Amino acid sequence: MDNMTIVAVASIVIAGITTGFGAIGPALAQGRAVAAALTALAQQPDASSTITRTLFVGLAMIESMVIYCLLISLILIFVNPFWNHVIAQTAGK
Amino acid sequence: MHISPDQTIFWQYGFFKLNATILFTWALMIVLAAGSRYITGRLSTGLERSRWQNLLEILVTGIEGQIEEVGLGEPRKYIGFLGTLFVFVAAASICTVIPGYDPPTASLSTTAALALAVFVAVPFFGIEEQGVLNYLKSYATPTPLMLPFNIISELSRTLALAIRLFGNMMSGAMIVGILLTITPFFFPVVMTMLGQLTGMVQAYIFSILAAVYIAAATRVRKPKPQLMQGVAA
Repeated sequence: MDNMTIVAVASIVIAGITTGFGAIGPALAQGRAVAAALTALAQQPDASSTITRTLFVGLAMIESMVIYCLLISLILIFVNPFWNHVIAQTAGK
Repeated sequence: MHISPDQTIFWQYGFFKLNATILFTWALMIVLAAGSRYITGRLSTGLERSRWQNLLEILVTGIEGQIEEVGLGEPRKYIGFLGTLFVFVAAASICTVIPGYDPPTASLSTTAALALAVFVAVPFFGIEEQGVLNYLKSYATPTPLMLPFNIISELSRTLALAIRLFGNMMSGAMIVGILLTITPFFFPVVMTMLGQLTGMVQAYIFSILAAVYIAAATRVRKPKPQLMQGVAA
């Protein structure tokens, strides 16, 4: 396996795994957050604006973890520096 | 692959490039500023109001209410900064329905600039409220051992702000682009609607997080109440 193949295989596999695994944890965490918020809303409906706002802020913070993973995957697929370097090497030969 | 509006260059002269990010940012700024100037130039306090004045009033009172709920005592001091953050990011996201438009917040440069503005604004408001010494002392609470962690958390919050907004906007634009090559017309429309929703949520999140950071920096630390004073009498 030459350099090009190794870089290509590694990038593709890791791009898939990154978002695949990266979305599990935050999804579970967001489910728990929403469940807790619903319980709180059921117990105190008049605090609904505070609860909703805190829920959204918490969800956004958890969501940003998945966004980091998605960013890595997109970088590996579209603007992969290692792939560009290897392609430049092969084109230069 | 169209990654970011930075790559669409309209005009270049040596080092200076006029790319889509700068163009759309300035277009948004001009539209928002000129529109607000026009509306506030003909305000009326009677019962007959133009719908644009109503819109602005809803916006301003809404943002004021949110800032107050976060814990900042006088919202008028901060509404200039926080309101602008919200309106700019929201407008940048809403205008996606205009064909040919690329949200400038889908470029890391814009979101990094906005996050840097928050990074500078937090100490600014903190020092304005508490004075330099008290503000710097707050980095050493509860113990001076926390000083490096407080500084690191300050930096990582800024980074997270920038990347969160950038990731949401860019992935929205990119998913629509990818879907266009697979199933044109139906799913891209649905994904654009989802993109609108996440854009508005991200605008709200950005400004609320900035408000929370400013509130944490401007919290005047009151000395602990002397509980035994009244009891001894």
